[in-house]
Order: sequence, then C-alpha cells, then structure tokens
Amino acid sequence: MSNDRASTSPQQSGRLQVDAASKRFGHVAALSDVSLSVAAGEFVTILGPSGSGKTTLLKVIAGFEIADQGRVLIDQADITELDPAQRNIGMVFQNYALFPHMSVARNIAYPLAMRGTPKAEIATRVKQALDMVELGGMAERLPKQLSGGQQQRVALARATVFQPRLLLLDEPFGALDRKLREQMQIEVRRLQRRLGLTTLFITHDQEEALVMSDRIAVMDKGRVLQVGPPNEIYEAPANPFVADFIGESNIFAGVVEADGGNLLRVRLEQGPVIEVAGRADLAAHRGQRVRVMVRPERFVDLAADQNSVWANRIDGRVTDSAYIGVSDKYRVVTAEGIDVLMRLPSGPSSRRYSAGEAIAAGFHAADARLIAVQ
Amino acid sequence: MTLASTTAPVASRAWLRPGPFALTLPALLLLTLLFMLPLVRLFSLSFTGGFGWYEKALTGGLYTVILYRTFEIAGIVTFFSFVIGYPVAFLLATTTPKWRAIGFAFVMLPLWTSVLVRTYAWMVLLGRNGIINRMLIDSGLLDTPLSLLNSRLAVILGMVHVMLPFMILPIYSALTRIDPDLPTAARGLGASALRILTTIYLPLSLRGIVAGVTLVFVVSLGFYITPALLGGGKVMMYAMVIEQQVREFLAWNFAGALSVILLAVTLVMFWLLNQGVARHLRD
Repeated sequence: MSNDRASTSPQQSGRLQVDAASKRFGHVAALSDVSLSVAAGEFVTILGPSGSGKTTLLKVIAGFEIADQGRVLIDQADITELDPAQRNIGMVFQNYALFPHMSVARNIAYPLAMRGTPKAEIATRVKQALDMVELGGMAERLPKQLSGGQQQRVALARATVFQPRLLLLDEPFGALDRKLREQMQIEVRRLQRRLGLTTLFITHDQEEALVMSDRIAVMDKGRVLQVGPPNEIYEAPANPFVADFIGESNIFAGVVEADGGNLLRVRLEQGPVIEVAGRADLAAHRGQRVRVMVRPERFVDLAADQNSVWANRIDGRVTDSAYIGVSDKYRVVTAEGIDVLMRLPSGPSSRRYSAGEAIAAGFHAADARLIAVQ
Repeated sequence: MTLASTTAPVASRAWLRPGPFALTLPALLLLTLLFMLPLVRLFSLSFTGGFGWYEKALTGGLYTVILYRTFEIAGIVTFFSFVIGYPVAFLLATTTPKWRAIGFAFVMLPLWTSVLVRTYAWMVLLGRNGIINRMLIDSGLLDTPLSLLNSRLAVILGMVHVMLPFMILPIYSALTRIDPDLPTAARGLGASALRILTTIYLPLSLRGIVAGVTLVFVVSLGFYITPALLGGGKVMMYAMVIEQQVREFLAWNFAGALSVILLAVTLVMFWLLNQGVARHLRD
C-alpha cells in the first residue's frame, strides 16, 4: 500500500502533528489543549457538532488563525506561525471558494501561477488535473456554469494540483444532495489514495465520517474526546458524548454490584441487574455509579432464538414500531419503566411486532459498553 | 357565466390600478418640465443661424484649450479620487462594524455639507494667511507664504475632496459583495497580499471602480463652484466659460453651443466607459 503510494506520487505527503494547541476567542475556548497526529497518506476525519472547534482547528493548521499555545508541525518542521501562503497546504472550502471571474482552467492554474511555475508546465499540469477529476471539456467554463458536483471537483483539482503536503477538506459535501454526496465521498477517497495525500476532513455528519475515514477524531467543546478507527469509535466509544453522537444508542445508568474479573454486574436505576464487560482502561468498582451503552442492533429477538444463552434479557412491550427496510425499529418499555430502542433484522423469516405486543430480547455482556464511571 | 361575473370586476379594478409606467409619471413630468424643456430650448438657441456658434466654439483656440484642460483636470481628479478612495473603501469593507460606522461618518459627513462651505474651508486652509502657510512660516520652514490658493493644485485638492464619497461608495458596495472566503482561499493557495489585491479584489470590484470613475469623471467635467472659487479665475474650466458667456456677455446662443458640446462629450465618455466594462464582463 505504501509502496504503491510512493510510486504514483512524485512527492510524498507530509506527516501532520498538532501539539497541545489552544485558541481562545474572547473568553470562549475554541480549542483546549488539542493534540492530534496524522500519518503520511492517512485520511483522518474531525467529527463534531457545530461549535465543537473543528473549524478552528482546521484554520490553525491552515494558518488562517494562529494558536495561542501549542505547535503545528509538518514532517517535524514547526509551521505554527508560518504564513498560510508558505505552508503548501491544499484546502477545499465549504462553499468551494472558486474564483468567479476566472475560468476553470485559471482557477486550477492559480496556485501554480502564484508559485511562478513556467507557463508550459502550468498548462500540462492543469490538463492532468482536469483529466483526473474528469472535467476535460470544461476548462474554459466559468464556475457558475458548472453544477455543484463539478464545482466541487474543480475545487479539489485546485487544492491538489500543486502537490500540497496536506489536504484539508472543510465540510465539502454540505451543499450536495444525498446521491451526489455518496458518489463524491467515494471519488474523494479514491483520489486521495491515488495521490497518497495526507488528508484532514471535517464534518458533522457521523455517517460520512464512518464511511470515509482511516481514523476519526471526535471533538466537542474545543477538545478531542477520542481518536480511533471508525469501528472502534462506533463499538467502543470512550465516553457518553461519543456514544451518543455517533450512531443510535441506549444509555443506562446504574450502580456496580460486583466487579469480578472483566465482568461487572450493574444494578440499573430502575431495578434490574445486567452483566457488562469490564474495561481495561476504565476501572469500575463496587458501589460506583456507572453508565452503560448498548447499540440498538445488538438486541436479539428471543422468539427467534431460544437455544442460545443470553447474559441479559429484556422483557417489555412495544410502544412504537417503524419499518426501516434493512431492519425494524422498536421502542420498548419494560415493566420497570426502562425505555429501550431496538433494531431487529427484518425479512420474511423474522417476526414483526406492532405497538402493544409483548417482546423479549437478549444481549451479550460484551455488547454492553461501559462509558462512564463516577 | 359564473366565470365572467367573477372576473369582470377584478378586470375592471386591474385597469384602474396604476401600472409601473403610471408610477413613474410624476417624476417624468417633473424632469420634462424642469430639465428637458430648458435643454431643448438651449439646444435650439445654439443652432440659430446655422452652425456658426459651434464653429466658433470648436475652432477658436481658446475654447478647445479650455475643453482640453477641463478633461485633464477631470482626469487628474478621477485618478487621485481612485488612488485615495480605493484604500478607504477597502478598509471600510474589511474592518469591524464599529470602525466601519466611524469611517462611514467621516465619508458621509462632507457629503451632507454644502459644497460651498467645503470650498470656503479650503480657502481658509490654503490662503496666503491660511492655516497651512502660517504653520509653515511659524515653524521656520518658510519665509514668505506659498501662493497655494488660486492655483491648479487648489482646484484639484478641492475637487478630489468633494468627489471622494462618489468614488468610495460604489467601490465599497462592490467590495462587500466579494465572498470573504475568496481572498482566504487565494492566500492558502500561495498568493501574497499584493497578488490577492491584483487577482481577487481589483477584478471583482471592477464594476464598482467603473461606476465610481464614471461618476467622478463625468461630474468633474461640469464642475463649477469649486474651480471657480479655488482657482480664482486663473483656472478656467468649461462650465465657467459657459457661465461667463451667459452672465457677462448674455451670449445665450454661444453658451448653448458650448453646453451642447460639453453634454455630448460627457455622454460619449459615459458610453465609452460602460462599453469597456460590458466587453470585459462578457469575456
């Protein structure tokens, strides 16, 4: 994989390192002690709600804002206070920021012209870039004569034509409709792999983050809460915010009754006791208050599976049901008043429940994730 | 039947409702009476006895020289208004709202003051015993006062001062319409501050520049009060010649011919400037 990158890209992309960066606007801490490193050629997504500081982090890396504290390094070189024009970082803006008075070709030629690249070389590189994003015939068009998806590609070509050491993408798919969005996600990823570009992608769309990234950094209130590959972020959220922000989740509160080995017994606030897998990085002892997360799709309908042994069992009544296509979504309330969201596989072989019906579901201790200890 | 009975009253009411043309009627009448009619009258006066008055205006060395000088002064005034006005407009467009409000007060205040008052203010500043001369002499830099007033410099200074808001406002308006991400993007793509100015701000505010340049140049061509007072009769502009012909020689026919020439030349300039932009925007 890395050999392949080296052979197709004449200039190896950079390794980005953000070191304990902080940035305040007035008395609002936009970034608090943020550290993040992105390996050469890696695609990392910064995921967070609006106001989480992800755009500020991007600006600090691009140089449009200077961090109050901390450092930004590319390949060990400190660029914290370097002028953006000197950083050699490609960026795609949310609204693309194409120059409206320049043709597609001149837009793409812009970063090369600013670097004093000879005219003949500009022409060939612009042509290559246009071919790469499949806009060969559009060179002389103005940006406003292109569709949203085409403008997006021009922005991408412009941000990569000068072989930047890093590519920054600031919610670039926000303005596209769902279908085009999914298509662009694949295209951007293919292009990024082909060029071996170190890429930092910003989004508030958790689905997009899960689909595209090598790793995801979840941000909230100016802090990075968890960094990891998509499956880790989804399966093993480090804390309640991540658990709640990514995907759907049931979060139960309770008290640890027994903490033997790597299995906890937790008495929920409403009464029942469940078995929860312990965490090596998060110790929970007898008597401590904890929170536990279970993903809705981890429940198994006990009417369809009577043979297996289930550590945990939920008996309740369906209050709402919805057919999603791949699954059926149920809201279930137990006799003790616990509210549970479940997704059960749909299909001819599985039973469908309607509101008011009794349901029994099981889940493994491993599917109950400890997310907070107080 | 029901259809006809319900639509008929609506139709009749629609007929009574004033259309867009009817709404412009009062203004049109006012302009026709107060502006077009005198113009037509002047036009017909200038042709009494054939093209004689035009011959005099266009062949007599004096009048063509003054026409040329008027163009020159208008050109210089336009140039300096642009050189001073663009940075001001730029600052207004890019600064914080608080400073924008303060800046605007300074731009607009002179606009709300009479041209006459502002011109007299310049006379106070530039006169032989004016503030500038006194400061220079008191500080020991000069022994005898400079004759600043009644000069081309004074006329140009005064006119630039009067015309500046007309340059600043259209440019400001064009600059505020530029997406702030564009200069940011240019910077990230490697452009220096100067390159951002020449490749992003200037071309994207071109419409405003042309509007300001046209306005200042065209108004400067017909300027009267400021050159008359600050030039002290030594700097003749075309409008002053026209006034002189009417007031001192009662030569209405000749004044008419001069007015028509000034108007024609102004219209041609206006047309040329707009053509230039239209072509540029098409490309």
